[in-house]
Amino acid sequence: MRRAEIVAAILMAVLSVYLMWKSTELPIWWIPDEGPGGGAFSFWLSAIMLICCLCTMVNWYRSATPPSKSEESFMDAYALRMFFLVGGGVTVMIGLVHIIGMYGSIPLFLLFYLRFLGRHSWITTLLVALLAPVVIFFFFDIALRIVLPKGYLEPLFLPLYSFFL
Amino acid sequence: MDIIALLLEGFAIAFQPINLVVVVIGVIVGLFIGAMPGLGSVNGVAILLPMTFLVPPTSAIIFLAALYYGAMYGGAISSIMLGIPGASTAVATTFDGRPLALKGQADKALITAAMASFIGGTISVLLFTGFAPPLAQIALDFGDHEIFALMLLAFATFVGLSGDDIPKTIFSICIGLVFSAVGLDIMSGEPRLVFFDIIGFMHGINFLVLAIGIYGIGEMMWTIESNRGDSTMSKAVLSINGVLDSLREMGRTWFSWTTGSLLGFFVGILPAAGATPGSLMAYGVAKMTSKESDNFGKGEIAGVVAPESANNAASTGALLPMLTLGIPGSPTTAILLGGMVIWGLVPGPLLFVEEKEFVWGLIGSLYVANLFALLINVAFIPIFLWVLKMPFTILAPIIFVLSLVGGYSPTQDMHDVWLMLIFGVGAYLLRKLDYPLAPAVLAIVLGPIAEPALRQSLLISNGDFTVFFTRPIAGPITIIAIILLLLPAFKPLKNRFFPKNNR
Repeated sequence: MRRAEIVAAILMAVLSVYLMWKSTELPIWWIPDEGPGGGAFSFWLSAIMLICCLCTMVNWYRSATPPSKSEESFMDAYALRMFFLVGGGVTVMIGLVHIIGMYGSIPLFLLFYLRFLGRHSWITTLLVALLAPVVIFFFFDIALRIVLPKGYLEPLFLPLYSFFL
Repeated sequence: MDIIALLLEGFAIAFQPINLVVVVIGVIVGLFIGAMPGLGSVNGVAILLPMTFLVPPTSAIIFLAALYYGAMYGGAISSIMLGIPGASTAVATTFDGRPLALKGQADKALITAAMASFIGGTISVLLFTGFAPPLAQIALDFGDHEIFALMLLAFATFVGLSGDDIPKTIFSICIGLVFSAVGLDIMSGEPRLVFFDIIGFMHGINFLVLAIGIYGIGEMMWTIESNRGDSTMSKAVLSINGVLDSLREMGRTWFSWTTGSLLGFFVGILPAAGATPGSLMAYGVAKMTSKESDNFGKGEIAGVVAPESANNAASTGALLPMLTLGIPGSPTTAILLGGMVIWGLVPGPLLFVEEKEFVWGLIGSLYVANLFALLINVAFIPIFLWVLKMPFTILAPIIFVLSLVGGYSPTQDMHDVWLMLIFGVGAYLLRKLDYPLAPAVLAIVLGPIAEPALRQSLLISNGDFTVFFTRPIAGPITIIAIILLLLPAFKPLKNRFFPKNNR
């Protein structure tokens, strides 16, 4: 935990500096008759962020905060496994949207999660994995007219569009 | 008299069939979300906000407010039955609710919790109806200076009162504000903070992307990690006698629920405080003032009644500054405020003049939602107990899927979905290191209002910051904000001079 605290503080400090630098693309000082420049707000806030990160580093050095004192590991074996399986699963699901669309990736993700992480029966798994996209289709694509991405599966939906829309 | 006429109009709107339907659905969804450990009103409102595009704005906010209320009722169910707070707002309910359940009095605890929630909700809605119109009337005169001073006050309460790590709290506020500045600068019309020249940043970072990232993905991962062990569920058998017995208990503990309701309402108004500290304070006060204070923690009904009345009262309290001033009183109301912008409304006191139907329909629906929440809660306790047995491995993937669809729909851009994932993972990791995340959500919603207010004020005063101190209304607000900001700095001094208090 102690190491994670300082690593996070350094990363956030780097982010603050990057945001400060990025803000300078627009004027950060006073422009006569126009008031503060467009970059001023974000520049000075990022500067405050940097100061906060430096304070966190000082607290870390003095071991003043709970995470900087803690001997526990930041991520134990269970947390790491969970992080990669769940986080990885969600990442793959979002990535697949670009290829096979929402209606391809959502059932695959539910199948993976329910069957392999949750160890539910095939009946429960298939029920949820097939029902969820149907409900989402009628809610978003039909009722709200928000057309969700279909990827390469688009042709399969053409008959549905012509029937419902 | 005027208020009563408007309130009646509000009831007429709330009783329209579509609004009655959304209240009932909202309450049921809220009860369910509140009862599930790890899910609270803020998760529900963030994830389901995109779904409300289906109905008109008035029905949409009525739905979300009913959900907010239902979640406050539902939180008690798992606090009592599992000993795990169903939402952070129900932490204090576990202290005495769980011992009662272990003694075999779970039914009494559940019913008194629901009744206390109803009373807390009703008292606070009455207070709300009385306070809101005059406050909005005063706020109508507010200019840019006052608006910015109020924003400063909202952020200062997080620093002064929330009790989180100070540098990390300020960091969280600032990063939220910086993210809100991404996109086109509304005053000069130039693009800014377009990271790595990715075109998706041109339309800015939608607050829902951050909110769903934090509450839909980050918090889910946190819950999956922390809910490792299995919990044991208590048994509850409901009977008419149980209800009558609970009514008698409510009569005995009237002092606890009155103070709980009042305390909850006023604490709820403060942006940083909200329902969780409100209910903890109510518990503390009930224990302090009780004749049987030794029984607290061992299964005292007053210890259930006080926090439950307080958390419902606080949720109404949080709506007061959101509707009248445009400053949300809690993370959940911050998301509601952002929703109002999406629905094409301008938050602030003008709502009371220009959108009477919206405001009074919402107020009317709060009375209705309270009643429905009580009835549905008590009548369907067995169903909620069954729902509690639902494994998290079914709920979690459904929430991830809803987050994906919900993150996509406001802007219909996959760029935002990826951003949401990055925010979610970042939020999970930072939360493990005690970085508070609610201030960032509040900041990204308030940023687009705060920045122009600040720039306009400075432009009017020609760069002179002292205007924030010298204007009649803005002055006192700014000074209170600065006192709150400096409050943590005095703590070490206090400890040095009054070392006894440290113990």
